[in-house]
Amino acid sequence: MSWVHKSAAELADALAAGEVTSVELTQAHLDRIAAVDGDVHAFLHIDAEGALAAAAASDARRAAGTPASGPDGVPIAVKDVLATIGQPTTCGSKMLEGWHPPYDATVVAKVRAAGMPILGKTNMDEFAMGSSTENSAYGPTRNPWDLDRIPGGSGGGSAAAVAAFEAPLALGTDTGGSIRQPGAVTGTVGVKPTYGSVSRYGLVALANSLDQVGPVTRTVLDSALLHEVIGGHDPLDSTSIPGAPAGLVDAARQGASGDLSGLKVGVITELAGDGWQDGVMTRVQESVELLERLGAEVVEVSCPHFVHAMAAYYLILPAECSSNLAKFDAMRYGMRVLPDGVASPSAEEVMKATRDAGFGAEVKRRIILGTYALSSGYYDAFYGQAQKIRTLIIRDFDAAFEQVDVLVSPTAPTTAFPIGEKADDPLAMYLNDLATIPANLAGVPGISVPAGLAAEDGLPVGLQVLAPVKADDRLYRVGAAIEAALEKEWGGPLLAQAPALEETR
Amino acid sequence: MPAISREEVAHLATLARIDLDDTDLDHLAPQLSVILESVASISGVAGDDVPATSHPIPMTNVFREDVVTPGLTPEQALSGAPEVEQQRFSVPRILGDEQ
Repeated sequence: MSWVHKSAAELADALAAGEVTSVELTQAHLDRIAAVDGDVHAFLHIDAEGALAAAAASDARRAAGTPASGPDGVPIAVKDVLATIGQPTTCGSKMLEGWHPPYDATVVAKVRAAGMPILGKTNMDEFAMGSSTENSAYGPTRNPWDLDRIPGGSGGGSAAAVAAFEAPLALGTDTGGSIRQPGAVTGTVGVKPTYGSVSRYGLVALANSLDQVGPVTRTVLDSALLHEVIGGHDPLDSTSIPGAPAGLVDAARQGASGDLSGLKVGVITELAGDGWQDGVMTRVQESVELLERLGAEVVEVSCPHFVHAMAAYYLILPAECSSNLAKFDAMRYGMRVLPDGVASPSAEEVMKATRDAGFGAEVKRRIILGTYALSSGYYDAFYGQAQKIRTLIIRDFDAAFEQVDVLVSPTAPTTAFPIGEKADDPLAMYLNDLATIPANLAGVPGISVPAGLAAEDGLPVGLQVLAPVKADDRLYRVGAAIEAALEKEWGGPLLAQAPALEETR
Repeated sequence: MPAISREEVAHLATLARIDLDDTDLDHLAPQLSVILESVASISGVAGDDVPATSHPIPMTNVFREDVVTPGLTPEQALSGAPEVEQQRFSVPRILGDEQ
């Protein structure tokens, strides 16, 4: 097996044992990117020089016996919504084409401090608005399982990068499912940590009260490793919660031993029924039965207000994004376009022309929707009501977690759909996030782990596990247990069943 | 909930500072109507006694230590600007002809 097919934990062990250097690993991944990314298009920018320099520095630390961290020298890809010194940060938008941030996001600084070479920046729906990565201004990313299908979104680039073995690890961001849903449809692992437990400083905000940075990986243990690197309080983020996540790697290792006795699992009643693909439901049901065989007690739990989560989300998110994206005013950074046929345009005219030229259709839709939801006369009926629904959803979670330790559901209602199928049908696209949105509204952590392939199309299905606020360790215990048990059934990781990508040189 | 008219969308676009041409408006107005009809399902779900949540994990009075920390240099702060003049952001005129 080549280095690019190994997990980050295996790579860290190999580096520690002196079996390979970080320069070799980094070069192997850069070669893989060169060979397959023409088809996959997971990356918007590749920083070979910077990554190899960081790798050489890592090798020097290893040689001196002073590694900066466990994964020192393991390369990583970063979603293009996180600010990076020395690499452009476009958020998948023409508005920020060629923008080089003068600062690093805190999570990027942490990854650098841990000694991890950054391979490049991954593709995404423009400003993280979308569930398919089709809304990128730089063209869609393709699903490594079937290049004619979507890799999920908004973080389709990060998920496709790890699924295509272009990177062992990636950073994603999850506002309504943008880490978990791509994980589900690409047969990879994605984690949305507890809100506030990973810094948002340097994350170009979509919706501040919902956004969270998290790990995108191929194994549950790798997510735990990366989560421990990026987590912790940040004075630069006023919504950052005290303390640092700990015991996540231990929880993953404990879970992999396969004993879930004493664990109570709740299956969410409302996340099933019409509109849920049969093959998805079958695999999820089998996973639930597997949890029982591992010793967990499974009950059905009703979260009655989850049916209103999507509506509340599509009021709260546009409201916050219409406010956040007001900063793209063509004055301080990003694109500036002068209106046609105006001799001496005003700042306002320049701003309007720039935002028309710089934003794509979905971004415009959401900004206008948010402007509507916040306008006087509609504020109480829409935004105010949505904020109350948010309270009811938090209460649903509180009540559920009084009965059970974790909740489970499918991560997404369907497997990956063909590129173009829902591109101009916003409502159909929004339904992809039905199961992932409640966690963002309530701030609770969630993971998506591969649950197998749907019988009807042979495409990956994700199982979502949700835990109470600050109980992220439970995601890793349960996720690793189900991963180990399923891989035993499959005779290896799910990605081993993915068709090989054609390598071009 | 009422469908949103083309004129309303044009007004909202002005508020949001986005130039939309006729084609955009024709396309966007019916799409926004469908979305609004769908999200209108939440009206009446929560009673007056339910408090609003703006933030999933409430924090109040978040202050850092009152110590000086390094910030961006003027060159860094201006590095992404579309136009710079005399170490300042250069912007188009901000007043109309009539002012």
